[in-house]
Amino acid sequence: MKRWIAAICLLAMPAWAQAPKISSFELMKPETQAMQRDDASNPAMLWIAEGRQLWSQKAGASNQSCADCHGDVASLRSVALRFPAFNAAQGNVVTLDQQIQICRTQAQKAEPWALETRPLLALSALIGLQSRGLPLQSVTAAEVATVEQGRALFMERRGQMNLSCAQCHDDHDGKSLGGATIPQGHPTGYPLYRLEWQDLGSVERRLRNCMVGVRSEPYAYGSPEMVALETFLRDRAAGLPLETPAVRP
Amino acid sequence: MASVLINVPKLVRKGETIEIKTLISHPMETGFRSASDGKLIPRDIIHRFVCTFEGTEIFFADLFPAISANPFIAFTMRAERSGTLTFRWLDDKGGAQVETARLDVQ
Amino acid sequence: MHLSRRTVLTGLVCALSVRPVQATPDLMEAAIAAFAKGRAMKPGRVRLDLPPLVENGNAVPLTVSVESPMTQEDFIARVALFNEKNPQPNIAIFHLTPLAGRASVSTRIRLGDSQFITAIAETNKGELFVTKAELVVTLPACAEN
Repeated sequence: MKRWIAAICLLAMPAWAQAPKISSFELMKPETQAMQRDDASNPAMLWIAEGRQLWSQKAGASNQSCADCHGDVASLRSVALRFPAFNAAQGNVVTLDQQIQICRTQAQKAEPWALETRPLLALSALIGLQSRGLPLQSVTAAEVATVEQGRALFMERRGQMNLSCAQCHDDHDGKSLGGATIPQGHPTGYPLYRLEWQDLGSVERRLRNCMVGVRSEPYAYGSPEMVALETFLRDRAAGLPLETPAVRP
Repeated sequence: MASVLINVPKLVRKGETIEIKTLISHPMETGFRSASDGKLIPRDIIHRFVCTFEGTEIFFADLFPAISANPFIAFTMRAERSGTLTFRWLDDKGGAQVETARLDVQ
Repeated sequence: MHLSRRTVLTGLVCALSVRPVQATPDLMEAAIAAFAKGRAMKPGRVRLDLPPLVENGNAVPLTVSVESPMTQEDFIARVALFNEKNPQPNIAIFHLTPLAGRASVSTRIRLGDSQFITAIAETNKGELFVTKAELVVTLPACAEN
């Protein structure tokens, strides 16, 4: 009888809900942590260098660069912490990458960059870098509905494995899966250089990997499901410092 | 032109041995991978990295497909005088990327 | 249908990507022999700094360093790295000069499987020193394919 009560209690809340939130940085080997810490050896910094060039590149019918409107990119400090965010003009919640697309098409009147393309990721990483070390923020009232949509997706069983995100990342975080330790799954470092990709990628790319991992159909980039998941995950991670651009295995 | 990061320490004293760190954006395609159609993706790597200081070669590396993508190479140099460091990455297609950095010795 | 935890975890482990590799310990021996050219290889002096447990075989940080005064009269001229289980046995050959100050090079390498790495240092006089290191390579969870 006691065993059932304990089991029900364990199922009812994530194991770490009473314990501190832990970034997956803490689970990495010292060598991989060192790779992230040293800006002179972090491969993601190659994309940052490209992002800086793009920041001052004039583009589109407007012939404006990001700098022409925003000035120095350092002025965007703390911006990345509040994304995904409700965009009043769009009438829905958008991710930082989608917001950059909006700036490019509407403000610069330039050709859009598709999601997950290199220039878009480079700028997203550059903007994220301006908030490195600052704590991720909880959502505002305008994003609450999207968080709840994301929570439902997080709890939903999916795929051939019939697993939900919560079953691994809430219930079994810290335990081993093959040779890897299951993280709590906080998106503190995106876009990041994943050693598995040998490339810089967004949280959506990583979520697609998770879905393939449980043998479920991955959601498309920028889909409402992805935006909802990203919004939920950011709110769930609130308080953890941003690490962009991170390195992960 | 691939993105490159070169890190040369500042405030270097004469006679000090410094570490120079380099990173270049390159897929280092091994030639052992297959595309989704089953065809082998041809090898395309940076096969040589050379560093010269004021025209004198101080370090070079022969690289093979076992070197990771976006190659990171760090090596050391005894700093005797100020001058220009030149870095050269040579790839399988016959291309060469050349970058320079300043070494200031006090 | 209720899946036991063991079934689920076994299924997930199988779902992790498996990288095919060609075992080449003979090729490595041949590559080392070609480098050594019949000279004896002595132990000592060479140090390989590698993580014993590798998180991802795509980018393994490696530092090879060799004890040497690095003077005009006595310096390390070349350091060669070999592997035994990747499709081909060579990793890199570093060429140093006395201007290096010390013999130490860092890079990141690819390892397709758990295996031994061999490092051989050659002095300007043609003397060879060798060391080996064993690495265990694990696969990350939830890969792209």
